[in-house]
Amino acid sequence: MALLDLDGVTMRFGGLVAVNALELHVEPGQLYGLIGPNGAGKTTVFNVITGVYAPTGGSVKFDGQEIAGDRTVRITRRGIARTFQNIRLFGDMTVLDNVKVAFHCRQAATMTSAVTRSPTHRNEEARVEKEGRELLRIFKLEGLADEAARNLPYGSQRRLEIARAMATSPRLLLLDEPAAGMNPQEANELMDLIRWVRDQFGMAVLLVEHNMKVVMGISQTVHVLDYGATIAVGPPAQIQSDPKVIEAYLGGA
Amino acid sequence: MKALLAALLLIGVLLLLNGVFSGSLIPGVSISPYVLQILCLAGINIILAVSLNLINGFTGQFSIGHAGFMGIGAYASAWITVTFGERILSALAFLPTLVRDSLLLLASLVVGAALAAVAGFLVGVPSLRLRGDYLAIVTLGFGEIIRVFILNIDAIGGARGLSGIPRLANFFWIYLFASVTIFVVYRVVRSSFGRTLIAIREDEIAAEAMGVNTTRSKVISFVVSSAMAGVAGGLFAHYLMYLHTNSFTFIKSIEIIIMIVIGGLGSITGSVLGAFLFIGLTEGLREFSQYRMIVFSLLLIVIMIVRPQGILGHREFGSFFARKRRRPPIDARTPPAIET
Repeated sequence: MALLDLDGVTMRFGGLVAVNALELHVEPGQLYGLIGPNGAGKTTVFNVITGVYAPTGGSVKFDGQEIAGDRTVRITRRGIARTFQNIRLFGDMTVLDNVKVAFHCRQAATMTSAVTRSPTHRNEEARVEKEGRELLRIFKLEGLADEAARNLPYGSQRRLEIARAMATSPRLLLLDEPAAGMNPQEANELMDLIRWVRDQFGMAVLLVEHNMKVVMGISQTVHVLDYGATIAVGPPAQIQSDPKVIEAYLGGA
Repeated sequence: MKALLAALLLIGVLLLLNGVFSGSLIPGVSISPYVLQILCLAGINIILAVSLNLINGFTGQFSIGHAGFMGIGAYASAWITVTFGERILSALAFLPTLVRDSLLLLASLVVGAALAAVAGFLVGVPSLRLRGDYLAIVTLGFGEIIRVFILNIDAIGGARGLSGIPRLANFFWIYLFASVTIFVVYRVVRSSFGRTLIAIREDEIAAEAMGVNTTRSKVISFVVSSAMAGVAGGLFAHYLMYLHTNSFTFIKSIEIIIMIVIGGLGSITGSVLGAFLFIGLTEGLREFSQYRMIVFSLLLIVIMIVRPQGILGHREFGSFFARKRRRPPIDARTPPAIET
């Protein structure tokens, strides 16, 4: 049994089959790349895993438990965190507060404890402050802790999204095009960071990415989708020479 | 310990001001009853504005039914004192009058707040699933339903209005509860729970994905906000001694929104400022009452053009004087290269 098991997952939107009978298995601690041309259904897979959509067929198991159609917040609390293709930070909040929000689901804080400022509440706030700053340090954002998130340069916003997702202490991290809009230098740094974070925190990473250098560089397994169907699964070297993959990307001769 | 001292100091100052203003402390020194009444109504508006800001400004859920919850609080607490007041007071006959009156007021306010909270819960659970304009329309509708409902209950006066309410509230009580409201909202928004509210305002989908139970957070903030509006209503009833549903039309809800929009959505001090400005303008323009709404509209238009985030925006009054922290410059990188 793997950490994440998608068995025969199908997602239909009216007549359109966005994902067709998908089999996808992510082992604990694995770096798993999901690629495919535009419209292949990658983001839909993410949305099914995180409970944004309930799949029209098949089962999604996390750690052996069925999570298909569960509420997003429950799935996050089970240990799946994600970033978004189009960055969704809390723009008006500070960088540090963005991370602190994500700690909330592992806290015992209530509204009453907030009003009375009980010792538990103060201890917890102090802990969150410390751990939040530590996360920002790892992601090289500590100097920007008090800046509003919307004022960050693009690359830093991407890093902050990953830092925020990490704050929910996930066992599986879903990254939706983390290198989008990054220059080659930033993309390289990001690859090192993802590897480092995986080794340090031991979680699995499921990565959707168009930057082939990044995907092939860090994934242990690459999964290629086209029109919602799997066309190849395997180690990067094998995928790069797969004729079906080449055809999907470059078109048939 | 420090908190207790601060609370005692606040109570002392409010009692002192109450005595001076009403002329009972220093003989011959008082402010005119007209000014005192305006100050008291401003205090009630502060409670309304700050509590509505919790839901509209901090949680970002546009509710325009606040007057309805105020109405529930007003009628419920007034009904308690009018119906059971005599009995409660005679049961407590061994206590001095001042203590008895205070206890009766507190009891009635608790009932008013509780009923408003229940109504807030019942309205909030279904309607907070909606977003933006839809939520505004639903809360507007609920606010009016509440008003019409009260208008048709004969036991609390119906269309005649409810009279014979004892004057239990005064400057002291109103500003005490205004302080409590400010204190509670201030602490809530600067807590872990408060951060989830602001996260919902900024991006609800991302908040949910980051493990925030958005429905729960929204309902809690809505219920707390309604309960505070209920307290404001109870104080209103026991200050003016007469209630009519005409005081709780959607115009009243709009007025509260004007206060928080002028002051700045998401700023507590902004709401206080807005409440004072609103009542100041209302009274200042009394001579030209037929042009008052024109002036208000123009003021709103000017503010929305010049300062769309309100006078204070998301910030608090004190932050404008706080020493600006030195921040490291944001690294300005070259624009990302286009990958192929």
